[in-house]
Amino acid sequence: MIHSLFLINSSGDIFLEKHWKSVVSRSVCDYFFEAQERATEAENVPPVIPTPHHYLLSVYRHKIFFVAVIQTEVPPLFVIEFLHRVVDTFQDYFGVCSEPVIKDNVVVVYEVLEEMLDNGFPLATESNILKELIKPPTILRTVVNTITGMEKGETHRELPSWVKALNNLLPAFCLIPISGSTITAEIQGVIDACVKLTGMPDLTLSFMNPRLLDDVSFHPCVRFKRWESERILSFIPPDGNFRLLSYHVSAQNLVAIPVYVKHNISFRDSSSLGRFEITVGPKQTMGKTIEGVIVTSQMPKGVLNMSLTPSQGTHTFDPVTKMLSWDVGKINPQKLPSLKGTMSLQAGASKPDENPTINLQFKIQQLAISGLKVNRLDMYGEKYKPFKGIKYMTKAGKFQVRT
Amino acid sequence: MSAAPAYGEDKGGSAGPGEPEYGHDPASGGIFSSDYKRHDDLKEMLDTNKDSLKLEAMKRIVAMIARGKNASDLFPAVVKNVACKNIEVKKLVYVYLVRYAEEQQDLALLSISTFQRGLKDPNQLIRASALRVLSSIRVPIIVPIMMLAIKEAASDMSPYVRKTAAHAIPKLYSLDSDQKDQLIEVIEKLLADKTTLVAGSVVMAFEEVCPERIDLIHKNYRKLCNLLIDVEEWGQVVIISMLTRYARTQFLSPTQNESLLEENPEKAFYGSEEDEAKGPGSEEAATTALPARKPYVMDPDHRLLLRNTKPLLQSRSAAVVMAVAQLYFHLAPKAEVGVIAKALVRLLRSHSEVQYVVLQNVATMSIKRRGMFEPYLKSFYIRSTDPTQIKILKLEVLTNLASETNIPTVLREFQTYIRSMDKDFVAATIQAIGRCATNIGRVRDTCLNGLVQLLSNRDELVVAESVVVIKKLLQMQPAQHGEIIKHLAKLTDSIQVPMARASILWLIGEYCEHVPKIAPDVLRKMAKSFTAEEDIVKLQVINLAAKLYLTNSKQTKLLTQYVLSLAKYDQNYDIRDRARFTRQLIVPSEQGGALSRHAKKLFLAPKPAPVLESSFKDRDHFQLGSLSHLLNAKATGYQELPDWPEEAPDPSVRNVEVPEWTKCSNREKRKEKEKPFYSDSEGESGPTESADSGEISRAGDSVQGEVSRLGLSPICPISSSEQSEEEGGKRKMKKRKKVTEAQGDASSSDEGSDSSSSSSESERTSETEEEQVEPASWRKKTDKAGTGSLLAHFHTGPPPPLQLLSPGSGAGRQELLHRVAGEGLAVDYTFSRQPFSGDPHMVSVHIHFSNSSDTPIKGLHVGTPKLPAGISIQEFPEIESLAPGESTTAVMGINFCDSTQAANFQLCTQTRQFYVSIQPPVGELMAPVFMSENEFKKEQGKLTGMSEITEKLTLPDGCRSDHIVVQKVTTVANLGRVPCGASDEYRFAGRTLTSGSLVLLTLDARPTGAAQLTVNSEKMVIGTMLVKDVVQALTQ
Repeated sequence: MIHSLFLINSSGDIFLEKHWKSVVSRSVCDYFFEAQERATEAENVPPVIPTPHHYLLSVYRHKIFFVAVIQTEVPPLFVIEFLHRVVDTFQDYFGVCSEPVIKDNVVVVYEVLEEMLDNGFPLATESNILKELIKPPTILRTVVNTITGMEKGETHRELPSWVKALNNLLPAFCLIPISGSTITAEIQGVIDACVKLTGMPDLTLSFMNPRLLDDVSFHPCVRFKRWESERILSFIPPDGNFRLLSYHVSAQNLVAIPVYVKHNISFRDSSSLGRFEITVGPKQTMGKTIEGVIVTSQMPKGVLNMSLTPSQGTHTFDPVTKMLSWDVGKINPQKLPSLKGTMSLQAGASKPDENPTINLQFKIQQLAISGLKVNRLDMYGEKYKPFKGIKYMTKAGKFQVRT
Repeated sequence: MSAAPAYGEDKGGSAGPGEPEYGHDPASGGIFSSDYKRHDDLKEMLDTNKDSLKLEAMKRIVAMIARGKNASDLFPAVVKNVACKNIEVKKLVYVYLVRYAEEQQDLALLSISTFQRGLKDPNQLIRASALRVLSSIRVPIIVPIMMLAIKEAASDMSPYVRKTAAHAIPKLYSLDSDQKDQLIEVIEKLLADKTTLVAGSVVMAFEEVCPERIDLIHKNYRKLCNLLIDVEEWGQVVIISMLTRYARTQFLSPTQNESLLEENPEKAFYGSEEDEAKGPGSEEAATTALPARKPYVMDPDHRLLLRNTKPLLQSRSAAVVMAVAQLYFHLAPKAEVGVIAKALVRLLRSHSEVQYVVLQNVATMSIKRRGMFEPYLKSFYIRSTDPTQIKILKLEVLTNLASETNIPTVLREFQTYIRSMDKDFVAATIQAIGRCATNIGRVRDTCLNGLVQLLSNRDELVVAESVVVIKKLLQMQPAQHGEIIKHLAKLTDSIQVPMARASILWLIGEYCEHVPKIAPDVLRKMAKSFTAEEDIVKLQVINLAAKLYLTNSKQTKLLTQYVLSLAKYDQNYDIRDRARFTRQLIVPSEQGGALSRHAKKLFLAPKPAPVLESSFKDRDHFQLGSLSHLLNAKATGYQELPDWPEEAPDPSVRNVEVPEWTKCSNREKRKEKEKPFYSDSEGESGPTESADSGEISRAGDSVQGEVSRLGLSPICPISSSEQSEEEGGKRKMKKRKKVTEAQGDASSSDEGSDSSSSSSESERTSETEEEQVEPASWRKKTDKAGTGSLLAHFHTGPPPPLQLLSPGSGAGRQELLHRVAGEGLAVDYTFSRQPFSGDPHMVSVHIHFSNSSDTPIKGLHVGTPKLPAGISIQEFPEIESLAPGESTTAVMGINFCDSTQAANFQLCTQTRQFYVSIQPPVGELMAPVFMSENEFKKEQGKLTGMSEITEKLTLPDGCRSDHIVVQKVTTVANLGRVPCGASDEYRFAGRTLTSGSLVLLTLDARPTGAAQLTVNSEKMVIGTMLVKDVVQALTQ
C-alpha cells in the first residue's frame, strides 16, 4: 500500500524519508515540486498527484507536506487518513509537530513510523499502543525525574485517577450577508476526554438532551448498540487524551449566534479614500463573556493602506497581502469594541467591485452554545472513586460575515 | 517492486547535490573526508562492549537513514549486533537491516539464524517481530525459510503472530510470485481465523495476492460480515472494499430486476436458504421489497452485509465512512442509499484533503442521485477561506444539485461568488451558471441577463469567461438574442482575452443575419488589427469574413479579400492554410465551381448547441472512493467492479457446514437442559443400564419427581423407540459414561452434571461443551438441605476456562463473572426451572461458584442490589469460605416481575465487590401448567384479538419430527405440553411466574414443513418475544 513517506518543508527541502518496501528514490518528489509551483499556495497543491510509476498523496499540516508514495490502487482516503493520523501521533508525542521538533527527535519519529506500518499496511496507529512500544521523549524524561525523587517501589503506585470530558462546540460556519440574516449556521462539536484511570473502568456518559445530536461519530471504544438503543455512551476508555465523540447539531435546530458584527465599508468612485468601520457586539451569550475575539479580513487589492483606530485591542494591516487583522480580546457589553478609520486606495483606479469578507474568531468559556448538557458520568468495574470534571467551551469555527 | 532501479538511484541520490542542510547533520556533517572519518568512529562505537555507546551509534545511523543519507558501508559493523541483548539497540539494528539487507544480501544472511531462533521464542511479541523483520528483508535466497516461517506462524497460538503472518504474505509474494499457490493455502487458512485482529490483515493479503479467488470468501463471508464492526479501522476499509466486489458477483441487483425475476422466480434461488430467510434479515428484506412492489427478495446475505456495515457510517475514520458509502452506493436498493449522505456531509468538516476526496465522490454521486444530497445543499456553500480546488469541487456539486425548486437560492449564492477575489473561482462560477442555465430552461433568461451584466465587469477574465458561456447559451436560441449579440460586438473594442474575442467573432459570424448592420463593421475593425491578433482570433476573423462574404458580399467583398491576403502571409501555417482553403471555397473561380456552390451550406450549416455537462458524468463506472475514480483513469492494480450477475450464483456456497461455535453450543446446551423433562430419555438410560447404581437411580428419581411436580409426567408422548433409533451407535459411549458415573458421588462435577441431564444429545457435543452443561437440578436439592461441605465435595476442579465463551441463553450455564475479572472467582448461573421454595413468583437461579485462585475466598454474599422497580431478589445464604480449587452452588430466587429486564446486584467477598447482572430469556419467566385440550381451547378463546400473536414459518427438514419440535419449544420456554388429538398440532401451556397470566402456545405444522405459530397471552410483550424466540429456535 504505502511505499514511502517524505516530509517536505515549505521551502521544498526533504528533511525526512521513510521506506516500508523497497527504496523509492527521492527524485519522485520532483513531480510534487512541480505541482507545488503550479499551485502557488500551499493548500492548493492537489492531494493526489499521478506520476508515471507512482502516485503521490499528500497532506499539508503545520507547514509540512507529508507526501506518501504509493504504487497501486488504494482508496485515497485510506492514505490521507493515515497521514493525518501520523501528524496527530507526532503532535501527541512531542506536543507540537514542526520541522525542528521532528529533526530533534528523528530517531523516535523513525521508530514510530516503523511501528505504524508494516509493509505499507497500518499496524499500530493508536497512540496509547504506540507509546507502549516506543516511549515518547518527554515521558522518558519525566519518568527519570520522578524515579529519582521517589523511593523505589513507589513507582508502581496507582496513579491518581480522573476523568475529564471537554466539550467543545464550534458553530462551524456562519455566513451573514449584507441584509443581516444568517445564510447558514451549524454546530459541530466534539467531546474530548482525558482519562487517567487504572484497571479496566467501564464508563457511561449520559446527556440531558441527547436528541439534540443530529449526527455523531465515535471513537472505536464506544459501544454503538448501546447508543442506538439508549442514547448512552458506554465505553472502556483508552488511557490519555482522545476524542470520544464528534457530533453535529443540524441547522433545523435554530442556532443562536452569540455575536453580531456591524460594518460600514464604502469605497467612493471619485475619491481615493474609503471609509471603514466595524463594531462587534455580544448577543445571546447567557451572561458569559466572549473572549479571544480576533477579526480578520482580506481587503481588495486596490487598498493601499489603512489608517484605523481601534477602541480596544491592536490591529495590523499588511499592505502586501492586504490582510487586516484586529485582535480585540474580550468584549465588554457596556463598551462595544469598534475599529474606525479610512482606507487609502490606488489613485485613479476605479473602486474595487468586490467587498471584503470579515472572518471572526472567538471563544466562550463555560457555555455550550448548542445547549447540550452532560447528565452524568458513571464508572463501573472498578472500586475506587474517580475524579470527574467537565468543561464546556464554545469556539467560533468558520465564522464569516459577507459584506 | 522497483527494487533494482531504486537501489541504484538511491546511492546517487543520497550523496547528490539536492541535499538540504548538510551542515545540520551531526552524523555526517561536513565534507566527504570527514564523513568517512565519522563512519570509522561509528564503527568503533559499534565494536565496543558498552550498550550505551552502541545505542548512541545506532541512533546516529538511524538519523542518517531518516535523512536519506547512505549508511550502507556500515553494514558489517551493524549486522554483528543483531544478537545484541539490549532491546533498544536490537530494535534499531532491525530498522537498519530492513533498510539495507537488499543491498548487501550475502552479509544479511548472517542475521537469519537470529530470527529463526526468535521464531521459536515463548514470547509472542518476539516471535512476531522476528517474523516481521525476517519477511521484510528482501533477500530472495531466504524465500523457502520465509515460506516455512509464515506457514508455522499461521497456526501460532497468538493472534498477533498470525496477524504478522498475514502481513508477511504479500511481502513474500512480491519477492517471489512463484509461491502463489502455497501462499493461497495459507491465506485460505487464515481467512478461516475467527479473531478480529487477523481478519483485516488477511483480507489485505488476499487482495494483493489472489483477488480473483473469490471462491475463498464464500465460506467466510458471513463471519467477515459479523466480525466487521470489531476489526480495526484500516482492516474495515479493506474488507468493505473487498466485500463490495464480492457482493457484485454473488447477488442480484436490488434495483433493476423486474424482468429478471419473472423468469427466475424467487423460490428457485431462494429455496435452500429458507432457514436463513426467516432470520431477522428476512423481515427487512421484505419491507424493502414491499414498497417497490417487486417480486425481488434480497438475498439475506446481501442484507446482512448492508446491515452490518451501516453502523460504521458513524466511524471516526473518514476512510471507513467513505468505504461504507461506496458500498451502499454500489449495492443498496435505491431507497436506502440516502443514509450515506449525512455521513459524507459530516466528512466535509474535516481536513481539506479529506474534503477534496469526498467532494469528488459526492460530485459523482450527485449526478446519479440528486435527491440524496439536496437537503444538504447549504453544506456545500463556499467559504472565502476554502482553497480554490475545494471551491471548484463544491461548485460542481452545487451545480449538480441545482433543480427547478432550489435554483433561485443557488443563483443568489453564485452571485456572491462572482464578487470573490479568487479569479479562477469566479471563472468556474460563470461556467457553473452556464450549466445551470442549460439544465434548467426556466432560468435560462435570468442567467443570460446576469451574464450580460457581467460583461461590464472590470475584470477581463470575468468578462471573457462570460462571453464564452454566453456564446454557448446563445447557440441554443439565437433568434431572440440579437440585442445581446450587438452588445457583445461592442466589446470587441475593449476585451483583450483571445478566447473571448474569438467567441464574439464566431457568434457574429454565425448569426450575422441577426445583426446585418454591425457585422461588416466588426470585420472592418478586425481587419485593421488583424496582424496584432492572437492565432485563434485570426482564425475566427477569417471565418467571419467568409461568412459575411457569403451573406453580404456587396459590403464585405473587399474587406474579405484584404483579410485573406493578410492571412496568406501570416507566420502561422494554420492561418495560411485556412486562408487558402477559404479563398478557394468562397471566391468563385472559373475551373472549380463544384465546392463553392455549396460554400454557404458548408459555412452556415446549423450547428448543434454544445452540451454543457459535468466532468463527473459516468465516472461511477469506477468503484467510488478508489484512486482510479479520483483520477478518472485506471490505476495500477485496480480491480474492476463487476456488473451484477444475470442470475444469482448458488447462495448455498456460503453455508458453513459446522455451525458457528457459539450458536451451536448454545442450542446443544438448551437441548441437554431440556431433556430431563422428557422422562423417556431418562427412563431409557436410567433403569435399562445395568451398571447403574445409586447415583443414576437417584437422578432418575429426582427427574421424575421434578416432572411430576410440574405436572408433566402423564403427557410425554415421545416414544422411546424413536429416541433410541436416533442414538444408535452412540449407545456404547454412553454406557461407558454411565459406568464412570456409577463409580460414586465423588465423581467430578461435570460428570455429575452429565448424569443429571443424561440427554442423548450430550454425547454429540464436544467435551468442553459437556463440561459447560450443568443444569444441576440435584445439586440444588442438596444445597437446600444445607450441606455445604457435600457441595464442595462435588466440585473437584475449577470450571474450564472456555466458559467465558458461553453465550447468553436461557437453559445452559451462563457466565456471571469470569474468573479473570473475578480474580480467580468464577461464577456461572443456570435457570433450574424449579419453583423457588421461598416465593412461588420467583425464578430460581442456580449460582455456581468456583475458586481458581490460590487463596480461599471468604464471605461470599449478595451485596446491595440495585434493581429496577418491581424486581426483587431472594439472596442465597452467605458462603463462608471457598477453598482454592473448590466449587459450590447456591440458589437464589429472582422475581423478574414478568419482564426481561436484567437484575443487577453486587457479588461481595470479604475483599471485593463485583457488579453482575442476570438477564432472563423470556421463556424462563413462566412455569408449565397442565390442562386438557378442551380447557386449552376454552382459554384460548378468551385470549384473542390483541392478545393473539401469529407467525408463519417453515420448519426445516431436520425439525419435523414430533419430539424435536417439542423439545425445541420446551427448550426455549418453560411450558408444559397439552395433549391433543390432531397429529400435526402441538400445544403448550404455562403461566407467567409473577402475575400468573396464561401463556398458550399452538404450533400447527403441515407435513410440507409450513407451520403456523400462535401465542395467546394477555402479556403481549411476553407473547411477542416468545414468538420470536420460538421461531428462531424452530427454524435454525
